[in-house]
Amino acid sequence: MTETLLSTKVTISIQQIKEFLYYESELLDEWKLVEWSELFTDDGTYVVPPLGNPEADPAKSIFYINDTRSRLKERAERLLKKEAHVEYPHSTTIRNVNNVRIKGQEGDSLHVRCNFSTYRTKREVLDCFVGVNDYKLIVKDDKIMIQDKKVTLKHDSLRPHGKISLIL
Amino acid sequence: MKSYIIENVKKSEFSVHRSVFTSHDVLQEEREKIFSECWIYIGHESELPKNGDFKRKKVGGRNLIFTRDNEGVIRALYNSCPHRGALVCRENEGNTKVFRCFYHAWTFKNDGELVGMPGKDGFPDTFNCDGSKNMTEVSRLESYRGFMFVNYDSEAVSLEEYLGNAKEYIDLVADQSDAGLEVLGDPQQYSVRANWKLISENSVDLYHGMPTHKTYFDIKAAQDPTMRKAVLEGKGTDLGNGHAVIEYIAPWGRPVAEWTPAWEEEDKKEIQELKDKLIELHGEERGERIAKYNRNILIFPNLVINDIMAITARTFYPTEPGYMEVTGYSLAPKDESEKFRLRRNDNFLEFLGPGGFATPDDNEALELCQEGYLNNLEVEWNDISKGMNREQAQATDEEQMRSFWRRWNEIMTKENVKEEVLS
Repeated sequence: MTETLLSTKVTISIQQIKEFLYYESELLDEWKLVEWSELFTDDGTYVVPPLGNPEADPAKSIFYINDTRSRLKERAERLLKKEAHVEYPHSTTIRNVNNVRIKGQEGDSLHVRCNFSTYRTKREVLDCFVGVNDYKLIVKDDKIMIQDKKVTLKHDSLRPHGKISLIL
Repeated sequence: MKSYIIENVKKSEFSVHRSVFTSHDVLQEEREKIFSECWIYIGHESELPKNGDFKRKKVGGRNLIFTRDNEGVIRALYNSCPHRGALVCRENEGNTKVFRCFYHAWTFKNDGELVGMPGKDGFPDTFNCDGSKNMTEVSRLESYRGFMFVNYDSEAVSLEEYLGNAKEYIDLVADQSDAGLEVLGDPQQYSVRANWKLISENSVDLYHGMPTHKTYFDIKAAQDPTMRKAVLEGKGTDLGNGHAVIEYIAPWGRPVAEWTPAWEEEDKKEIQELKDKLIELHGEERGERIAKYNRNILIFPNLVINDIMAITARTFYPTEPGYMEVTGYSLAPKDESEKFRLRRNDNFLEFLGPGGFATPDDNEALELCQEGYLNNLEVEWNDISKGMNREQAQATDEEQMRSFWRRWNEIMTKENVKEEVLS
């Protein structure tokens, strides 16, 4: 599939999607976190469900992250403050996005999946997060935007990382 | 023997020697004297609602199976085949009538009894007539209000005696609902690159609240304008046996029954109903106390029950002097409405979870302490003196940490904390 028809007027290519995902990674790696939060629609969500249980119910299980649009903005702004001690001085990160595929279409939104590996280093300790990202993307005013981002970590536990202090 | 701890009452000074965070010998001794002789939390009875339910657990460095057998009896079995030692159960959780070791296919009932193995003709009829080939059961497993603990020392005092004054505070948590508490799914398994005792300290340390968690309070203040003037106020108490508690007023909402302006106005009514019910059940004073007050309870050595904007039970174990594995559970009233359950879970992941706005900063503080202990040869002592000059310790003092250290020292050295009389 090279182009997907999103509505009668909008088409989007897999290349455009890849470029968007690379752009998102770059914003995060460059600590442009507020700009990252602005990639989300007004009702956007950013979710990291429990390990090994990606379909968990947030009323019955404890999620790592279950952000509404307002909380993901608070998250982005917090991490830029000097008092977000865990990320001061900022860690160095590199995000790789691959195996990008289109999983389906629902109304005007496109379900895109990719694999990721995100490396974080601070005080000479290197941690690696791996997993799968599921996106619901829409096109608004000629721009791709994120409606939902779900990060399924493929780890047994958060060891030895100990935390998810960065945005995955 | 060199003293780990010096308490100088005259000078109001309490010092802990930093070698306790870095020494392999100390860790070895802790494994023998603390993690093999104290009561160690294994889990909550609500984790095993049905016969046959099991959870695989690591408790005090041992591989265990926490299981409810066919008769409904909850047991703790060593997850190790009596034949050659292999881990028998490999699933993290499930429901089963039998556990089977894949290595030679020995099969055990869910109470640990050996019920089958291939090649029976190679063994005498009397094989296992003494039960020695059954999966070994942990000698002591006891429950208090649904919180279950194991003890690897068969001579240990009872759990109730061990908990002592801490029972009053566990009651205040357990009494939040007459329907009882339940553990939510998917406990969080994480770690800290720091010594385990630093999290025992940190959990009853309100002094660090404002400086370490400023960004959390800033976010909450933006949602609730009345919070700008908020302070953390209360008292810290030594509960004996190394247990301790801080009980205090805090500016966040408590889904059990304390409303916050950050929530909707209409929720006020539901919260009031919850509070009225607590008052009806427990009387005015105790009902208010359950609803309004926050409590961080430290059960010596490695269980923390934080009853704050949500309830967490946290347990941790050192695999190295500078590394601990942490398991974080969330508990909630069984009969909680979905709306308040979601609010509670939001509270949990914002503050208590390792992906939130607070716990990662605690993690960082502990790791920086551990990093600082590289200087131990020249910079030897930690200061835990705050509040020694006061009659009643405040929650932001360090009396509750001193109670942990006094007990730790007593167990490790078999003597009371050395009092320095010279000034």
